[in-house]
Amino acid sequence: MSFSGSPETTNQRLLLLHRLPRFKTMFLSKLRTSYRILDPFDESDPSFLHLSSSVRLMLCVGPSPVTSETLNTYPSLECIVGTSAGFDHFDLAECRRRNIRVTTAGDSFSDDAADYAVGLLIDVLRGISAADRFVRAGSWPVIGELSPLGYKVGGKRVGIVGLGSIGTRVSKRLEAFGCSIAYTSRRMKPNVPFPFHSNIHDLATNSDVLILCCALTEETHHIIDKEVLTALGKEGIVINVGRGALVDEKELVEFLKRGEIGGAGLDVYENEPHVPEELFGLDNVVLSPHLAVLTPESMEALEELFTYNLEAFFSNKPLRAQIEYE
Amino acid sequence: MESIGVLMACPMSSYLEQELDKRFKLFRFWNFSQKNEFLNQNADSIRAVVGNAFAGADAELIDSLPKLEIVSSFSVGLDKIDLNKCKEKGIRVTNTPDVLTEDVADLAVGLMLAVLRRICECDRYVRKGLWKSGDFKLTSKFSGKSVGIIGLGRIGLAIANRAEAFGCPISYHARSQKPNTNYKYYPSVVELASNCQILVVACALTPETRHIVNREVIEALGSKGVLINIGRGPHVDEKELVSALVEGRLGGAGLDVFENEPEVPEQLFGLENVVLLPHVGSGTVETRKAMADLVLGNLEAHFLNKPLLTPVV
Repeated sequence: MSFSGSPETTNQRLLLLHRLPRFKTMFLSKLRTSYRILDPFDESDPSFLHLSSSVRLMLCVGPSPVTSETLNTYPSLECIVGTSAGFDHFDLAECRRRNIRVTTAGDSFSDDAADYAVGLLIDVLRGISAADRFVRAGSWPVIGELSPLGYKVGGKRVGIVGLGSIGTRVSKRLEAFGCSIAYTSRRMKPNVPFPFHSNIHDLATNSDVLILCCALTEETHHIIDKEVLTALGKEGIVINVGRGALVDEKELVEFLKRGEIGGAGLDVYENEPHVPEELFGLDNVVLSPHLAVLTPESMEALEELFTYNLEAFFSNKPLRAQIEYE
Repeated sequence: MESIGVLMACPMSSYLEQELDKRFKLFRFWNFSQKNEFLNQNADSIRAVVGNAFAGADAELIDSLPKLEIVSSFSVGLDKIDLNKCKEKGIRVTNTPDVLTEDVADLAVGLMLAVLRRICECDRYVRKGLWKSGDFKLTSKFSGKSVGIIGLGRIGLAIANRAEAFGCPISYHARSQKPNTNYKYYPSVVELASNCQILVVACALTPETRHIVNREVIEALGSKGVLINIGRGPHVDEKELVSALVEGRLGGAGLDVFENEPEVPEQLFGLENVVLLPHVGSGTVETRKAMADLVLGNLEAHFLNKPLLTPVV
């Protein structure tokens, strides 16, 4: 075992590992070399209760919820180093009240999330997954070339919901395909050439495709509802690489079943890992198990970022990708 | 023009069929099981053939149609048409360039994303209900991967433009170096394959480019490399490709075309690192209509003695 400091120093560098049981912790053994890890699932640790009252730093694995009860358990907490691009799992008002600094995965995932959004869109428009099923089922020699046609990517009016680091990357990619871009965001971005719509309804009315790249907050919960889907229209397409709860899933399923929107590409759902089974028979949807950002490269970038932030906390340096309280 | 006989080689677009039917005396070749008998009876009235990437006009068909004046192909590639024979006999040939460039390039990038990010496999995983019993694994990043393109024509350039927006460095192989690009040129396909992570076939099928992706190229691309073919099936030595994929000597493949369409090697059906499409590179509602309109426009121009819209021969 190699220590970055003396055993005493490492022991003082107490790090709380906060996670849902189903989230794996692939970085754990590496972290143990630099920190005294406090793991609520490690029942063999007799000093847990004692140490939980003094721990100052939390590493939050994935979107594991941090509620006010969580915070009550750890009264000395000063900083939460997050590993997720979103921050809807944090009770930010409570963190702010307690002067707890919170960080996210920052840009670590942005390229992969943007790639995936574009991949889902091309797949839905051109029917790639459906056509791959068709070929693998041996149907091509039987049914012939007159399989259903797809739709052109170029010329589509793409509305981006949330023009942050992911949305910006999506727009850059889709411009190369000849799509026209518009967006909605909490406020209009300076130095952005794309038309801004102050509300989602206007954006949907003027778009063929909506791509959800925004954070899940109280304001964006169910931002895609019945009215927005109606405004998007019969040929419209919804791509979601944000969070499941951005969409009123029941309504989306109904619209898809009735053919009242054109299609959907979904990486996220309201009750993961549950996916509405009504979607399984539809060829105009592409379903994916919340892994838009999961590549070895993005994991490496993430590890680099949170390792930096953990060290920065103990050496009183500025944190990276810190959430700014409004 | 209603008396002019037009022979359609195989079904390709119901819109095109309808419009040909309105304007000409249309013969649907696939409806006649006795081809020779049909030709004996009707050859004298057939002045045009409409073909595509699956069936066109070979030497035998051309010879059996003494009144043939024009072959109008519902495709950009003309590998199913005997061009020399047409030149010899003064038969005009047209194709449908440009209108399908974007669609084919879009599909090429769609295939890259689908193979690297395992999108089709993920979709199967969810539909089979497997997510509940555990997470899918990590998939490969696309942004920044080096893309090598065989054939930097219209389609090759359109692929390059798109891949650049993902931060992918571009290199290419073509018969000669192109003067107007900064992309890195490799004089051999093996060199190109050794120096890129994703290799795309985007050239025309000619005797020289048949099996341009052979065992040596596949080995150079390697066990982490990905092959994308949106050109023609015979560009790739399919037997070699299949064994490399089955044995894990090639990282993955996205294939829109095959050597013996519509036959697809069944050994590929169980692999998760391949995406298999039924030759739909230009398969969008918008583009197929534009292609059909070009075929009609060329035929009408020809029979009205006007300049052809997209002549090749």
